[in-house]
Amino acid sequence: MTGIGLGASMVQGIPAFGREISVEEALTPVDVKLKKRMADVALNAARSKGATYADVRIGRYLNQVIATREKQVQNIANSESYGMGVRVIANGSWGFAATNNLDNDSIAKAAEMAVAIAKGNAKLLVEPVQLAAQKGFGEVGWKTPVEVNAFEVPITDKVSMLLNANSEAMKGGAKYVNSNLFMVNEQKYFASTDGSYIDQDIHRIWPTFTVTGIDPSGGKFETRNALSAPMGMGFEYLTPKDTEKIKGGPVTMYKKRYDLMEDIKEATVHVAEKLKAKPVLPGKYDLVLDPTHLFLTIHESVGHPTELDRVLGYEANYAGTSFLTLDKWESKRFNFGSKAVNVIADKTEPGSLGAVGYDDEGVKCGSWDIIKDGILVNYQTIRDQAHILGLKASQACCYADSWESIQFQRMPNVSLAPGKTPLSAAEMVKNVEKGIYMFGRNSYSIDQQRYNFQFSAQLAYEIKEGKIVGMLKDASYQANTQEFWNSCTQLCDKNDYRLGGTFADGKGQPGQVSAVSHGSPTSRFNGVNVINTGRKLG
Amino acid sequence: MAILTKEQAKALLTKVLSYSKAEQCEVNLNGSDGGNIRYARSSVSTSGGISTNSLVVTSAFGKKSGVATINEFDDASLEKVVRRAEELAQLAPENPEFMDFLGPQEYGPESPTFSEATAAMGPKERADAVQASLNQAKENKLNAAGFLSNSTGYSAMMNSKGLFAYNKSTDVAFNITIRTEDGKGSGYATKGYNDYTKLDTKGATAIAAKKAMASVTAKAIEPGKYTVILEPTAVAVMLENLFFDLDARRADEGRSSMSKPGGKTKVGEQLLDERVNVYSDPWNPELPTATWNGDGRPQQKVNWIEKGVVKNLYTSMYWAAKKGIKSLPSPGGAIMQGGTKTLEELIKGTEKGILVTRLWYIRSVDPQTLLLTGLTRDGTFYIENGEIKFPVKNFRFNESPIIMLNNLDEIGKSERTVSAESDTNYLLPALKIRDFTFTSLSDAV
Repeated sequence: MTGIGLGASMVQGIPAFGREISVEEALTPVDVKLKKRMADVALNAARSKGATYADVRIGRYLNQVIATREKQVQNIANSESYGMGVRVIANGSWGFAATNNLDNDSIAKAAEMAVAIAKGNAKLLVEPVQLAAQKGFGEVGWKTPVEVNAFEVPITDKVSMLLNANSEAMKGGAKYVNSNLFMVNEQKYFASTDGSYIDQDIHRIWPTFTVTGIDPSGGKFETRNALSAPMGMGFEYLTPKDTEKIKGGPVTMYKKRYDLMEDIKEATVHVAEKLKAKPVLPGKYDLVLDPTHLFLTIHESVGHPTELDRVLGYEANYAGTSFLTLDKWESKRFNFGSKAVNVIADKTEPGSLGAVGYDDEGVKCGSWDIIKDGILVNYQTIRDQAHILGLKASQACCYADSWESIQFQRMPNVSLAPGKTPLSAAEMVKNVEKGIYMFGRNSYSIDQQRYNFQFSAQLAYEIKEGKIVGMLKDASYQANTQEFWNSCTQLCDKNDYRLGGTFADGKGQPGQVSAVSHGSPTSRFNGVNVINTGRKLG
Repeated sequence: MAILTKEQAKALLTKVLSYSKAEQCEVNLNGSDGGNIRYARSSVSTSGGISTNSLVVTSAFGKKSGVATINEFDDASLEKVVRRAEELAQLAPENPEFMDFLGPQEYGPESPTFSEATAAMGPKERADAVQASLNQAKENKLNAAGFLSNSTGYSAMMNSKGLFAYNKSTDVAFNITIRTEDGKGSGYATKGYNDYTKLDTKGATAIAAKKAMASVTAKAIEPGKYTVILEPTAVAVMLENLFFDLDARRADEGRSSMSKPGGKTKVGEQLLDERVNVYSDPWNPELPTATWNGDGRPQQKVNWIEKGVVKNLYTSMYWAAKKGIKSLPSPGGAIMQGGTKTLEELIKGTEKGILVTRLWYIRSVDPQTLLLTGLTRDGTFYIENGEIKFPVKNFRFNESPIIMLNNLDEIGKSERTVSAESDTNYLLPALKIRDFTFTSLSDAV
């Protein structure tokens, strides 16, 4: 869709839930030599039919989902999708075809079809594809550095973990609880006529829950979702570690180790508090935004408008275009945010969802500035866009969500750099006179050029004269992107920096999803417009 | 594997069931063949063909069940997927909500969901349709970005209790955004049909182009409460959130806008203006849908909201049995009964108001009141004394479809429309609504 899919819909929402397979089968990777042979069949067939460039992606996408509610397991699914996509340039135009029949004949036919489609599309071409040069890397590999492969942990252990968490919530007074664990392993092999043969093994994990509380007399209900993050990690993310926690605030915060039992206990208390919370008085507030919330604001208001394909109009019919037009970048003076705002695009940060060795067109990953001291300095590009920005190389932002999808420009990790002056979140709150401290993502909506947005949080605490005085309900903030980032006055330091993210950023027609992280420290935004979204029916 | 006929599907499913050693076994089979073209900056950007088939086996021993899926159809694979479902069932904990599979059902006459014309569509028909759209844009020196897709699909199911169901359908979807070269105007159109011959890509592009040209030099007016006329595309994205909320279990559990204090629901209550009638009908010639759903229950004509009163909620088989209520599956499509006025007539009868042609990025703000937020997009216009006076800048709104349908002024004619949020097709009218709440302005075009 147009933004991030919600957790509740994820069971159906993850694509490539093809064939159900056993865990044992999933753990045996396809032989690299075989993959190289299959790739060469496709590359040779494409070249012989007239392709001036070709790349091949052989993908094996494994997913495991465990979904529970209260005392029951609702769904356990292992699945696999395996096949090959071939992309070519012929007569200056792109062509693409995919097959899940991996015998030599079928592979060659797919390559031929890709060339035929490219030649057909060339008739409608306005200008030929200009591909940034890319050296071949030969035979190389990359793996997500996992400590514990989540697919190797017995299902019964994972089920028990979720059911124990549910039980903790029910004991604490929750009326309902849903918990889910999503695990993804992308075994991807990329080869191109540039001379690269890249084998990658990518892992992602996301534990999450929703605790629901009900006030039966008033007929009201409230929920609190997990404050975990989807991560580019193994099962070690679910082993709590005190050094990866930040305590002392109204909520325990987690870095690269998550404590499911602790968070669900706190969530159960929070739900009861939310049912009794005071409605917010609309007006201007200084917002203190925790990374569990701020990541989504960064995603929508910085990540999307700096996607170069949106800027150029390729997403005009679906996700929209961007207010960050090329003239603003060319001026080198466009004040996206205050001087405190430094935003970095990155495909390497350990534990992040975007971290891979190479992107889906064989470019080695790195990081670069997007916003420097508040000024727009760069976008996110792929090989056929780099020349538009005068770049000699792609920024490695190419991704396809399946072997059967066409790779295109997708968002890298886009993160807000921490402040250089030592500052904790607790110290930040002490200096706020009239403010709201927000945790967790909730409702989010932004226009098609990314000017006007409205966000709300899982938890909103009122700050009065430097002290947290209680919980608020019905608080949403509305802002203009440029005004909002220019109101950013203070950032906590690197000790407070954490990753948030999503498994399901949607883009393209037919739609594709991608996983992306956004890091940030707790940050302060002054004088933001807060509205009360409470309504009464009949 | 091509689209299977009823007889072919029956033969394949019978074979799969013959491998079963479980107490109960149910098999669902789905397949589709189709293609698409995407274009932007007035040129084709991507195109492709997609063919998929999938077989889902559910095996059960007592209240333990397992599900396995496969997309390979040789005998060994078919037997393997049945064994795997059985293994998973034996490993699974007992599910107290597991329901025995249904026996044979009556589904009534076939619904006209299949069109030969759409099934015959290939790359040439797609390219011609897109060319017509591109030419229309080029004639007016406008930028076109659009997407055309078509598919032919079938679904079938069979179980060890003797149930068999089959349905074949086609659909074609087209949506187009036209922007002026200076980027100051934007217009949109979306169309969806079962029958490709009803699709006029040139006509739809002309509608989007007209909106794009008319929306240049939009003026900013103060946000606040306004009388609005929502075109059917805008109505779809608001009302579908109400349709999604007609779920019995969530209502009974006290966690939806259909819940009332003390564990009661709003069924039987006057929730909306008495002119609001919402129903589903699998045999409606303008919006035909399958006559059965994925668990084998028949789809029927159902009145969900009658004269503004909530009449029925949909439910799972388990919840229906537990609560002793009618076992109604969620419908394949929803229809709101329309009036007689055209959009032009609604505008003519409006003293002051705003014409909203599209709403987008709709998100739930408060599930209890069904409060939604989102923005206008691709053409918003100020109406005075029965005429469109000038384009206005886009607004953000915060509004609930329940409140909206209590502030109902007039209902236009119903037409087939598509939700740009969920891609679902509906039959919906344009609506004139009082006191629709716009909360801020957006600079987006």
